Parts: sequence; structure tokens; C-alpha cells
Amino acid sequence: MLVLEQILNGIQFGIALFLMSAGLTLIFGIMGVINLTHGSLYMVGAYAAALVAAKTGSALLALLAGLAGAAVAGIVIELVVIRRLYARDHLDQVLATFALILIINQSATMLFGRQPLFVQMPPALARSVTLLPGLVYPLYRLVVIAVGLLVALGLALLINHTRIGMLVRAGATSREMVRALGVDIRLLYTLIFGLGALLAGLAGAMAGPILAVQVGMGEQILILAFVVVVIGGVGSIRGAFYGALLAGLIDTLLRAFLPGLLRQVMAGSNADALGAGLSSMGVYLLMAIVLLVRPKGLFVKQS
Amino acid sequence: MRVNSIVGALAAVLIGATAAAAQEPLKIGMITTLSGPGGYLGQDIRDAFNLAVKMQGGKLGGVPVSVIVEDDSLKPGQGKQIADRMLKNEHIKLLTGIVFSNVAGAVVPDVLDAGGIYVSPNAGPSTFAGKDCNKNYYVISWQNDSLHETAGQSANELGYKSAFILAPNYQAGKDALAGFKRMFKGKIVGEIYTRLDQTDFSAELAQIRAAKPDMVFQFQPGGLGIAFLRQYQQANLTSEIPMVVAEPSLDGVTLKAVGDAALGLNVTAHWNTDFDNPANKEFMAAWTKEYNRPATYYASQGYDTALAIGAALKGTGGKVDDTDAFRTAMLKADFKSVRGDFKFGPNQHPVQDWYALKVEKGSDGALHLNTKRKIMSAYGDSFAHECKL
Repeated sequence: MLVLEQILNGIQFGIALFLMSAGLTLIFGIMGVINLTHGSLYMVGAYAAALVAAKTGSALLALLAGLAGAAVAGIVIELVVIRRLYARDHLDQVLATFALILIINQSATMLFGRQPLFVQMPPALARSVTLLPGLVYPLYRLVVIAVGLLVALGLALLINHTRIGMLVRAGATSREMVRALGVDIRLLYTLIFGLGALLAGLAGAMAGPILAVQVGMGEQILILAFVVVVIGGVGSIRGAFYGALLAGLIDTLLRAFLPGLLRQVMAGSNADALGAGLSSMGVYLLMAIVLLVRPKGLFVKQS
Repeated sequence: MRVNSIVGALAAVLIGATAAAAQEPLKIGMITTLSGPGGYLGQDIRDAFNLAVKMQGGKLGGVPVSVIVEDDSLKPGQGKQIADRMLKNEHIKLLTGIVFSNVAGAVVPDVLDAGGIYVSPNAGPSTFAGKDCNKNYYVISWQNDSLHETAGQSANELGYKSAFILAPNYQAGKDALAGFKRMFKGKIVGEIYTRLDQTDFSAELAQIRAAKPDMVFQFQPGGLGIAFLRQYQQANLTSEIPMVVAEPSLDGVTLKAVGDAALGLNVTAHWNTDFDNPANKEFMAAWTKEYNRPATYYASQGYDTALAIGAALKGTGGKVDDTDAFRTAMLKADFKSVRGDFKFGPNQHPVQDWYALKVEKGSDGALHLNTKRKIMSAYGDSFAHECKL
């Protein structure tokens, strides 16, 4: 039962990572922009949802506010800043988007203070359900998993069966060719950026009732999201999905079981220290191994 | 025009410099954590320290001071760079402010090696409390371990026989678990080190549920504690397994952010907002008037640190160059601490009283952290005897 519960925990963490890395991988793969502000969009989503939830008490309105807030912020950022960076090299992009992180964090501090915000869990979801005898799991986390899977399905349909999806796939393979064929690439870019921001906002809004909504929350998940993008392969939504689940499971299972396993072969305190150290490296080790074996990521055709 | 404005700016700078030279306020360097999830901790220390300076009319102990604040972002390397700049470029001799023990571990030795004085308003790692204690290192808050030894004592008094314990994997986290275990007489059924940047504790909560302990002891400061307590409640553990914690895991801000998840929590602390002494009443009134937000114990420590420095400066007439004279004046601890009785032990860490607190619902329906009883009197720490000063 413990193993099953930990697997569910891993999947739930993986879903949060997926929502973040799906946007990142699209923006990075298709537009060629390293977008460090993605974590800030996650924070914007969480803050917008938290504020609306506190004002109205409605979880649904809060979710919509989180989505809208992040999408609007994303589109504004694209129009004002990112648009000027497409032709520049990665260093300029990193500098500009890093500056945006500082600006957004400082603005949030000035507007809302450094104290974390309280977000009420929707009352209908604030309980645990018994899945199997002995396996009790918080309902809210199950809903998060379900929403994540639906989003993944929706994205798969969007990418594989619509005209926009076709352009996205074409863009990920050969940006120059799409442009040469006369597609309005600027509009496509803005849409993709908005979509990525929307997903980040969704992740942020859903994280609100679980985590502490506070300045700097985006950077904590951003680094792992980049790792997922590298593992899954740049530009691949499928890669982001499986990469995120893999990273979520590895991180959770190592954390949960490695110290116990090590304790069988060495003294308790050493096992704890080593276990904690190794498990926090786990995801990065995975990335290193993937880079060795498949340098372009798991789900991208290696040339 | 452009040249004119540059000349004007230069003149302003020069005038500023001469004005400063005439007045010569003593510079105090404050390196603290102001950004990221730990940001409100440093903010409270800074604001309370500044409040004390303001209440004394821009002076501490009759000596004009200027407090130079820098943000370490919870990065030991960044703290080191700031300390280096303050010591060498700005010739600051007196430093304070660090929240987190891992930053203190990197910065404090640099300050002491350069002949500076460090007065800690928060972090009190075991590494500097025992045989590596130092004449120019003072702690106003507590020694890390003793903070959690009191939680162990409280757990004994509450009659718990088995405990599951967890803390982040860094110096203060190790001190926390060591401190709790030193005092707790029951059995430890599980022990976990989490990451200092961890936000999701579902894996740990599952292990707690499986281990079925009498109680849980956790040390998760700042935003970590908020996430932990909320997830603990969402996993339906709040009603099943009681929790005993020391004050870093539940301060005034955490309480406001977690809501009902904190109800019934047992907390141990050396200070609380409801302490009934004149110094604390004066502090709480001034704090509420100035900032109008919950006062955390970090604020009380920042305030006490300013008072302690003020008392020492009064003794030396504002001089910090003669560290021996400063030490003589500092160790008298001639100030009224908001926590009540305060004196320095042989390792220049506090000897103070500890109290059991409980989170209860008031008649107004809001949650309050109420002081219940004293559990330890004039308690120092477990490393003082190793320190030879």
C-alpha cells in the first residue's frame, strides 16, 4: 500500500512538472527562446487564484483567474520583451528573462508583501478518499492528477489533429521552412507563448491550496521543469509528459525508499544523510544518464 | 546640461560624504534573507531592529547608528561576498542579521577572522557553540539544539512514547533532530531529512502514516512549515497523530497562512506575543503601530539584538574597535529583553526560560497561539561546557 501511495505521489508531482515543462518545451523548441520567466508565470497564476479565492470564495472563479492572469501576463511579456529576443543569442535571452524574474518578484513583494498567502482548499475536495483498503489519499491530489491527464490528452489532440498543432510540429522541426511558407509566425509565437503561460498558470493555481503561495515559488519548480525538458527532448510534448512522470516518480520514490534501503547496509544516521543526498541528486543523475545515452532527449529523433 | 547635472550629482555626493563624516554614525552591517520563501523571516528581523533604532531616535544606547542591510537570498556564497565587501570596503566592524545556519556557517568565520564582531539574531548552530566558540561571537536568540530540546521535553511531559521526526538536510535541521533526540525519552520510529527547497511532502506523509507514531516532531521553518502543515491536514493526519514542534515551525505568519491546520498544535518557545512584561508590551504596541502585521518571534529577536547591541555600545561609549571592552559591556546584558529574563552563558549563548504554547480557537473564532506554562527555567545549551573562553 505504501508503495502504491508513493507511486500516486510521484505521479501527482510529475503532473505538476508536466504542466510547467509542456509550456517550456514548446517555447524553447519552437521559438528557440530560453524563457526563465516561466516560473514567474506559475507564480502569477498562483497569486491571481489566491487573491480571487480570498475575495470571492469560489474555487472555480479562482482557477479561471489563475489561468487568465498567467495567460495575459504571458502574452504581455511576449509582446513587450520576448518578441525582441528571437533573433538574439541565448545569452541575451537568459539575461532579459532573468531580469524579468527579478522585476516580477520585486513587484509581487511590493504589492503583496513577503508573507505567504493563505489559500482555502475547495470544501468539496478537502477530504481524503479510500481507494483500496489501507490506501487513503487526499481527494484534491487525485483531482490534480485527473486534470493533468486531461490536459495531456487535450494537448495531444491539439498537437496531432489540428491545424495549429500541425504548424507547431512543423515549427519544432524546421522553423525557417514554416516561415518561408508564409505562415504568420508572429501570431503563432504569441499563441504558443500564451498557451505555455496558461499551462503554467494552471499549475500555479492548482498548487495554491497545497503549497505556500509566496514570492520565489516559481524558481523552485523552474529548474526541475528545465531538467524535464532536457530528459524528454526539446520541443516534444510527449517527451515532456513522460519525462515529467519519470522525474516525479524517481524523485518521490528515491526520497521515500532509499534511506530505508541504505539503512539495511549501514548505520542509521549515515544512511539518512547519504539517502537524502542521493535522492536529491536523483533527477539530475537521470538527466546526465539520458544525455549520455540519448543526447537529444528520450523522445526526439536522434540524428 | 549633461555636464552640469554630473557636476551637481558629484557635489551632492561630496556634501553627503562630508555631512556623514561630521555626524559619524556607527555603521552596523546586517546580512539577512529577504528574498524567496524565507524572505519574511529576515524582513521581520530587519524591521524590528530598525524599529528599536527608531524608538531610540536613530540611536542605540545613545550612539547614532546607521544600519546597512543586504539580502543574502539564502545563499551562503552570496552572504560571504557581502560580508567581504562590508568588512573590507565599508570598514564595518559590527555585523548581525543572518537567519539561516548554513549562511551563518559560511559568513561568521570570515567576520571573526577579520577581527569583526558578530551578534546573531537567529541562527545558533552547534558548530560555533562548543569548542569552536569565539569571544567576538554572541547569540541573542538561542542555540539551535536547545530550541528543539525543549520540544523533546514538552513531548515527555505530554506523555508520548514514540515519535516520527523530520527536518531539512542542513546544519540547523541536523541540530534540530539531535536536540529533540537528546531530550526525548520515548522511541524514535522514523527519522527523515528533507530538502531545504522542498515544497511537497507527500512522500514523507505516507511514511508517517505507515509508521503510526504517537506524535510527530518536525522542524520546517518559514514557507516550508506552511506547506507541511497544510499537507498534513489534507492527508487527514491532523486528527490522527498530534504534533509537537519548536517555534520555527509555527510563527505568527505561519499560523495565519495555515488556518485550521494548526489547531491543537503543541509549540515550545522562548517568547510569545502575549508575554506579560513591560518590555514586551512596549515592543508589541510599537510593532503593531508601525507595521500592523503579526509579530513573529524573528521580530522579537531582531528587536532584542538591537537592544543588546545598544547596551554594549552604551558601555563602550560607541566604540567597537576595542573588542575586549565591547565584550565586557555586552556580556553584562544590561537590557530588558522582551522575553523576560536573559543572561549569557559561558559560550555567549543565552540562558533563558522556555514555555509550552498551544494553538487554540479564541472567542473571536480566530486562532491564537497561547502561552500555557513554563517548562524549563534558566536553560542554557548542551555545548556550553565544551567552550573554553
